[in-house]
Amino acid sequence: MTTTLHDDAGPDTVRAPSPVAARLHRTGVRVLSALGVIWAAATFTFFIQALLPGDRATLLLNQLTGQIQERTAGELAPINARYGFDDPLLVQYADFITGLLRGNLGMSYQLYKPVTEVIGDQVLPTIALTFSALAVAWVIAVVFTVATVKRVPWLSSLASAIEAFAAGLPQYWLGVILLVVFALGLGAFPVVGGTGLASLVLPALTLGIPLAGFLGQTIRSEFDAALDQPFTLTARMRGMGDTQVRLRHVLRHSVLPGITLSGWAMGALFSGAVIAENIFSRPGLGKVLVTAVNSRDLPVVCGVVILVAVIYVVANLLVDLAYTLIDPRMKTA
Amino acid sequence: MSTTTFLPPTAPSTSPMPSLHDGGASFAGRLSALRRVPVGALVSAAVVLFFVVAALAPRWLTGGDPFAIDLSAALQGPSAQHWLGTDQSGRDLYTRVVYGTRESLLIGLGATALAVGIAVVLGLASGLGARWVDGLVTRGLEVLFAFPVLLLAMLFVTIYGPSVTTQVIAVGLGTAPGYARMIRGQVLSVRTSGYVEAAHALGHSRARILRRHLLPNATRPLVAVVTLGVGQSIVWASGLAFLGLGVAPPSPEWGALLDAGRLFITHAWWLEVMPGLAIVALALASTTLGRFIQSNLEGARP
Repeated sequence: MTTTLHDDAGPDTVRAPSPVAARLHRTGVRVLSALGVIWAAATFTFFIQALLPGDRATLLLNQLTGQIQERTAGELAPINARYGFDDPLLVQYADFITGLLRGNLGMSYQLYKPVTEVIGDQVLPTIALTFSALAVAWVIAVVFTVATVKRVPWLSSLASAIEAFAAGLPQYWLGVILLVVFALGLGAFPVVGGTGLASLVLPALTLGIPLAGFLGQTIRSEFDAALDQPFTLTARMRGMGDTQVRLRHVLRHSVLPGITLSGWAMGALFSGAVIAENIFSRPGLGKVLVTAVNSRDLPVVCGVVILVAVIYVVANLLVDLAYTLIDPRMKTA
Repeated sequence: MSTTTFLPPTAPSTSPMPSLHDGGASFAGRLSALRRVPVGALVSAAVVLFFVVAALAPRWLTGGDPFAIDLSAALQGPSAQHWLGTDQSGRDLYTRVVYGTRESLLIGLGATALAVGIAVVLGLASGLGARWVDGLVTRGLEVLFAFPVLLLAMLFVTIYGPSVTTQVIAVGLGTAPGYARMIRGQVLSVRTSGYVEAAHALGHSRARILRRHLLPNATRPLVAVVTLGVGQSIVWASGLAFLGLGVAPPSPEWGALLDAGRLFITHAWWLEVMPGLAIVALALASTTLGRFIQSNLEGARP
């Protein structure tokens, strides 16, 4: 973190001619570089599709008919014409990028529907799951750190051991245990399917608990340092109670790296969602993706990968921009 | 964890205390040096040792056959006879977990080796190369970070079909950017350090400085990172297998065990939980051990 560099606001920190212009410039640069990353990610998936080993038209035709055989040129011609596989690579690439700009990700080989439609039908449950997991992780991490940092030594070290353990839990294992204990054993939650709120609890915990471990670890070290800061001492001298100090002063300073981590975690949460949806038989992108991988439906897989890359980049851009709002010291950075 | 087991240098015995680096340390001296190692690291070392033995000589740990079918003993829960229970064909799960260790460890080691290999090349090129190389590599890494490991791996499986090789390559490629970024940072900090400057001033050649100073110092933290990484790679690879996209089920590889057990989750929980426990134990042990090595390496620096 560079925050310490700006702690003492000396005269040299107001070097920029106009703070507003500097901020606009900075925002512009960030947005441009985010767009660049998205473009590169899309290009990467295009070339993976185009340079696939084997002839794509043969693969597609064999998949449609469920056979594996060599195809004659006559059989392949309509497919090549329809998907433009015969065009020069650059033309195909230009088509792909213009299609992407119009929100067109190509056709699914298997479902015979536009990829955007396939994804659009299933994306909402996955987004609901991802954001509930993020919320669950934050609640657990904040309550846990506020309660345990710098308490009796054994409690603090036990708590950080629990955090390390939680952070290392594979989602598939945690999910299975939650399923066995709470859904099958205690019957507290539905075992399969559904989109109701009750069916969201266990999958969200499956993704949220490991993330809470990571969040807790980052928040803990900042929290620990902030408790020794002069402003904490000042607050205590004014007669503020310990819980009040922790909640109103220390917590605000220690959540910053956690917010950065949340942006980073978006990609991991989406992969986790694929696993959680499979364990709990939830509808969503996870199911679509696994089916697509098994049937080698490359456009759908690439579409999901591009979507997740876009979500990741946008989330990190928002985190970056939000930083200056949360921490005014970063304004001049 | 370490705070609870921290011991001050032990009280002097009759003989002067031999230090950790003392060449001719007595047995008692070694023992007291060992006592300063935190319990967590010792337990982790024991866990790792167990799995290494399981990988090299599974016969030492179990007398059974991982493929022996005994239908009369199908789907039994953990008991004194079958420590981790049996699967739908009556095969002993403990025996299968032990025999599956070799393949799982190899997948983890292979993926980590691949990731570190790529990362060293990219990190060195980026840290030592021209500015445009650095810019290119840094941008490229940024793009790769936008692909979650599991999704990148799934993309690979779509193209090349599920197999051990695909698993290793996919996980290796997916985890490489993280290592590359770390090595780049390390190279940059070593490059501007005093001893490299001194070597330049003494007139040593670039190649010699690279070989004698830069490489050893920039790659030293890798020891810890690789230890951490093997466990994580196994977690990723078995996540892929859990989705049915890895090693195919009759194999006792841990991910394949998870994949096979998924069908019986409603009435045979141990088929899912126990192989997962092996993965978690190895991952936690490798993380703890990696952290321990890391802190000791850092402590060794002036």
